[in-house]
Parts: sequence; C-alpha cells; structure tokens
Amino acid sequence: MTQRGNPRRPYRDVAVAVPVSIPYVRYSQDTAHWWIARALKTLTERAGITPADLDGLSVSSFSLGPDTAVGLTQHLGLTPRWLDAIPMGGASAVVALRRAARAVEAGDASIVACVGADANQVDSFRKLLSSFSRFSQDASYPYGYGGPNGSFALLTDHYMRSYGVTRQDFGRICVAQRDNALTYPQAIMRKPLTLEAYMAARPIADPIHLFDCVMPCAGAEAFLVTTADIAEDLGLEQARLLSTIERHNAFPDDAIQMRGGWAMDVDELYAMAGLRPDDIDVVETYDDYPVIVMMQFEDLGFCKKGEGAEFVRSHDLTNCGSFPHNTSGGQLSAGQAGAAGGYLGLVEGLRQVTGQSLSKPVEGARTALVSGFGMINYDRGLCSGAAILQGAAT
Amino acid sequence: MSVPIERPPRKDPQAATRPAELPPLNRSRSALGMTAWAARGIFALQVCDACGRVAYPPRDACSGCLSTSLRFQPVEGGATVIAETTIRTSTDLYFRERMPWRVGMVRLDSGASIVTHLHGDVAVPGPVRMVAKLDKGGNAVVIALPAEDSDNMADDLQFRELTASPKFRRVLVTDGRSAVGQAVAARLAGAGAVSVFVGIAEPWKPFAGQSELAAMANVETMELDLTDTASVTELAGEIGGKTDIIVNTADHVRPGGLVGQDALATAHQAFEVNVFGLQRLAMAFGPGMRARGGDGTNSAAAFVDILPIHAFANLPEFGFHSASCAARHSLLQCLRAELRPGGVRVMSVFTGPVDDDWRQHVPPPKVAPSQIASAVLTALNEGIEESFVGDVAQDVMARFLADPKVLERELSQ
Repeated sequence: MTQRGNPRRPYRDVAVAVPVSIPYVRYSQDTAHWWIARALKTLTERAGITPADLDGLSVSSFSLGPDTAVGLTQHLGLTPRWLDAIPMGGASAVVALRRAARAVEAGDASIVACVGADANQVDSFRKLLSSFSRFSQDASYPYGYGGPNGSFALLTDHYMRSYGVTRQDFGRICVAQRDNALTYPQAIMRKPLTLEAYMAARPIADPIHLFDCVMPCAGAEAFLVTTADIAEDLGLEQARLLSTIERHNAFPDDAIQMRGGWAMDVDELYAMAGLRPDDIDVVETYDDYPVIVMMQFEDLGFCKKGEGAEFVRSHDLTNCGSFPHNTSGGQLSAGQAGAAGGYLGLVEGLRQVTGQSLSKPVEGARTALVSGFGMINYDRGLCSGAAILQGAAT
Repeated sequence: MSVPIERPPRKDPQAATRPAELPPLNRSRSALGMTAWAARGIFALQVCDACGRVAYPPRDACSGCLSTSLRFQPVEGGATVIAETTIRTSTDLYFRERMPWRVGMVRLDSGASIVTHLHGDVAVPGPVRMVAKLDKGGNAVVIALPAEDSDNMADDLQFRELTASPKFRRVLVTDGRSAVGQAVAARLAGAGAVSVFVGIAEPWKPFAGQSELAAMANVETMELDLTDTASVTELAGEIGGKTDIIVNTADHVRPGGLVGQDALATAHQAFEVNVFGLQRLAMAFGPGMRARGGDGTNSAAAFVDILPIHAFANLPEFGFHSASCAARHSLLQCLRAELRPGGVRVMSVFTGPVDDDWRQHVPPPKVAPSQIASAVLTALNEGIEESFVGDVAQDVMARFLADPKVLERELSQ
C-alpha cells in the first residue's frame, strides 16, 4: 500500500477552562446523575453561562446505568448538538478533551462540558467489579477475585523483579502525594503519611499494601473546552491545548505489562507541543497504583525504562519540589471517584497552570503534562493517553 | 513441599458450619469450551485454524488474524511463571473465606499469558506445569503446578479445593456385594479415607468376597438396599451427616430389549436399581451433602456414579439396561446442577463391559473391577467430572462425539 501520509494537525486555539471538582465523599446515596448535575451547575455558574449555552457534552461514568449520555440530556434538560460518552476509566478525561477539542476546532460545537462522575453506594464497588469485562469475568476474577488489586499486584511484582525496585521506592511516591494532598482541602485522606507508616501497612495483595491502593468514593470533576475567543469573551482563565496522544491495547505481545501506550506515542506528544520533558512544570499522572506512576515517568520520557525508581529517589515529588507531581494528592490521597478519577489530574493540572490552584500552587507553573490510563480488561490496562496544557505567559 | 493436612478434630455440633459459597460462576459461552475439556481432565485452549495462534482468554476471534475459526484442543502445559501475588482481601465471599490465596502470571511455552492459581510449591520465577480443573462452581480454572511433583502436593489447600480427595473423608460405597464395589472400597480405604461404609443388600445372603471385605481396615459394612426407600433413608439418618463422598457402584445388568417375554419385569428391576436407586440416594443424602460442601478439610465433596458407556447409545443386546443407564446419565446431569450450590461434585465414571457373570458372552476387551476402582480414585484425586474406563468406553465415546447416528447403527449390527 502506498502511503500518502496523514500528519496530525496542531490544535488551533483550543481553550480549556473552568476546572471544577465537587468534593468527594466515601459513600453517598446520590446517583451519578446527581453528581453530574452538581458539576455542570457549578461549571456553568463559574463560566457565567446558562446550561442552554452548553452545545456540547462529554460524559464518563460507570454508574449511570441503565441510562446513557443520551438519557442524561433529557434528565438534565440539556439540548446539545454534540454528545459524547467516553467509557475509558482513567483515560477518560484526556480522550474527552481530545475529541471535544477537535469538535470545537471544527465548529461542530462551541462550548463543550466534559464531566466525569460516579456514585459510590455501599457495595457498589463490588457490583461494578462483577460486570466489568468479559475477559475479567472469564480469566481474572475466578482466580482469587482480587479485582484491580490482584492485577496490579502481579504487574508490580514483575516490575520489582525486573528492575530491582523496592517498596520504599513506591512509598516515596505515595508519601509525597499525601504531602500534596494535605494542601488540597478536598482530599479524602487528611492524615499525614510517613514512609514508616507506608511500610508498616497491612498487605492487600503482595506486594501491594494498603497505601498503594486508592479509596473508592463518590464525586465529580469537570472542565470546559471552547475556543480561545469565546473563553476570552467570557473572561475565563484559560489554558491552551498543545498536544495529545491516545492509544489502546499497546504492546499486546508483552508477556505482562511493563509499559503503556505512552511509549508508542511519546515522541509525537512532545513534537506536537514543540516541547521537551524538561519544559514541563507540573506532571499529573494516573495513579491508581504507584507502579503505574513509575511506568509513566519512564514512558513519558522523564527517565529511561527501568530507571523509574532511581528517578523517584533523586527527585522531590511535592508541589514545592524538583518535580511537582500529582499536586492535589492524586487518587491515592484525594480519592478515586470512579470515572472522575480519570479527570482528577487534568482538572488539577488545569488549575495549576491557570492560577486557580486549590492545593499549594507550583511556583511559576505554566505547562502541565497530564496522562491517563484506564481499563484493566484482563491482565493489564488497555487505554492510555496524555495531553499538554499551557497557561498564559506571566 | 506442602504441609501435610491434618485429620480434622471431631466437629463441634454447636459451631457454625462454613457456608458452601462458590467462586464466581459467570462465564462467557467461549469459556465453557474450556470447561468441557477440563471436565475430562484435559487442559485445552482455543487454537486458531488459520494462523495457529493459541488464544487466551477464550474469545470469539483470533487476535492474530481476526479469523473466527477457533477450536479448543489439548495444548502442552509447559509454562514459566513470571509474577506472583498473595491476595489477602477480596469482595468475593468464597475467596474471603479462604484467604490468603496465591495467584500467578504464567507465560505458556505456546505464547499466551495466563492469570492462574499458583500451587504453594511453585517457585517464582521458574518453570511450571499448567493443568485445567473444575472449581467448586463447576467451571474450568487453571492451576500452575511445580514442574516436578513435590511432597504432599495434593495437600496444598488451593489444589485440594479443585479435587475431591478421599484423604480424611468418609465414603459410602453403595453395593459391596459386587466385585466393583469391593474393589472401590479397598482402593479408597487405602487412599486415606477415614472410613469407608459399604452398603450390603440382604446381608443374610452370603456373597463372594464377603470375608475379604470384612477384613479390610477402615471398612464398615452397613445394610443398604437401593430398591427400598426406607433402607436408604435409615442409613442416611445414621451416617448422612458425615458422608463426604458417595460412590454408587450399583448396576443392575440383564440382557434383553423390549420384545422378549419377560422383558417388562427385567426392565422394572433395572430401573428400580439404576434409576430410582440413584434417586433414593440423592433424596436421602443430597441435602446433607449440599449443606456441608464448604465445611473445611472434610467437607462433603463428591457423588460418584459408575455407569456403562452405553448410557450414550443403546446396545440392543442389553437394550433396557442401556435405557436405564441413559436415564441415569440424564439424571446425573440434573443432580450435578442440584448439588452445585453446595460445591459438591457429581462425577460420572463411564465403563466398558465389566467382566462379570452377566456378560460372559460379551467379547473382550472387558473392564476389570480394579481398573474401575483406579478410575474412581483418579477422578476424586484429580477432580475429573467425566472419566471413561477401558478401551470400549473410550472408543464408544470417540464415536459418539464423531456422529451419534453412525454409532447407533454400529452398535446394532
């Protein structure tokens, strides 16, 4: 086949604005509809628009059933001309942003609300697990039913064996994130975490221990995607979208997951933005377990494969540190509100580069890299994505 | 080496019995293909007809070439374990009761990655042997075993969940008057069963092998007539609460089809033993076994039925006998579903013609009682749901799977 090629076009003046985080709660009787409504109401109020001004909507939620995004429009009284549903768990926000950006760029929509939200009633996590995917049902759950803990325990064990990584190395990530969370008023985890406490935590699925796991909770996160002009007219603090990548089922022949799809597309991510890893001021990775954070440091070019642990040892990952990372505490400390967990980093990164931080601001933060990772279908996470956002020059 | 399990102490009658929870039951239709093979003790995976790729997890299209022509076939179990975990918390009630649980990731020599139960004697990383077994819910699962057998390996608690080992269990063998019943009793008593109760109908009538049976260690004869509901109920009242394994060795064999003069009386007798006898056992012992399926080391484990392979296709020389066995086979399928909620396995041991008085004129190869006893023990130790004992049983099954109608004609010639 002759290749004519189809180079990616840069994003033209796509603005990302109005970071919204509805405070999480551990258990809630409220539904996904309720959480989404609260996020959209806050979003429109802070943008100074009415719900009718939203002509685009992108929804990510595991707990909307039996409704879909379609049913949600009637439920909430919205009449969008562009509607999307992104069922990609931890990659949802990046993917929602990519799609919304192109819709706005093309004029298919002018103001898109992207929202990730989930309910968490008592026992709903167990029910969510039981119907997650066919491969999980057939080939993962019958083996100890560890859920994501069990899957990530295997990846973590293999990663530790391969590169001589220790639990302390993962502990540094978790402790730094807790430090960051203590500056973020909406974090679920409010108590300081020491490395000693991390090491002494009870095992969940060896080598995963308690503080390697996120706390499932209920909550919502949202942001707006529009044009730079509209954002300016509305008087919104905005970040420009510089580049994105997305990949699914990368490296299917790897015997066990040692890298994510970022490793396939990282060069394009930086090339499209015209930046290098050194130019990034704030990094928000998807952190359902610390091992995947370390893989993202490697696969996103901050260090070489196998050097993630050394990178963590030689950097301070707090908001005031040499490598500000997961600046609101990440899911490990802020909580995992289902699909909103995939939004947490993007919304936080947007706040940091637009001077709206709720957590301790990263000094001089202008450029944020946000990465997503989602959907353990059987033995590995399948969806990966990343985006680079840049705030206005100061 | 595995730590040998210990004989459980006498049960505290006031303590709660652990409920018979089951591991997750839902499977896709493709996954049931693996279960069908595992039921016969074979590790089979889908292999793509077009490109030869071994597919796992079970699926509907090849991830190498998108062909939809995937067929389950036996595959080599050679693999390398590359990662392990010990799961200590779960939202699933079955596993919660049995934590901690060891799980591994293996790479098959043929290329697929498999999340698997990990036998306690497996060293990580290292070579393993993959085998497929049925879990307590009757679905196929795989377990990675040490490349070489280790000491007491059958005592590994995760492995034992996948079998119905007679070790430290109490067994009822239903017909001690027959050579098959006597062989089974001797074999299970020698395999670590705490007691083997052996049913004897009309005990005042002497029978061949009687003194040898009486002399067997750990064997106790009990009056039991499967054609008499009161007799079965009475025995269940006495030992039903502690019977962990039943091996139904009864089989009423007479030649003849539908047309003979005294065919009706023979038919009634055959059904009284082979069909209603099975039902009486299930009625009397089934509820107790089902309630004790999760009850620790000596939980109720299995109901084994030994029946002729002609349950699958009628052998006209023994026409009514075949019909009674077909009914028996059908009812075993029903019983399997009825005992599954208790995690109790129903095992069918299909045999070729047994070398006994009623089949003197049947040409060889015939099956010796000791062969059947070995097959029963293997089925229990390996957790095999359907076994085929002897050349005739295996041959008839192969032909049945090829084409039942052809088999019908072949058996009637």
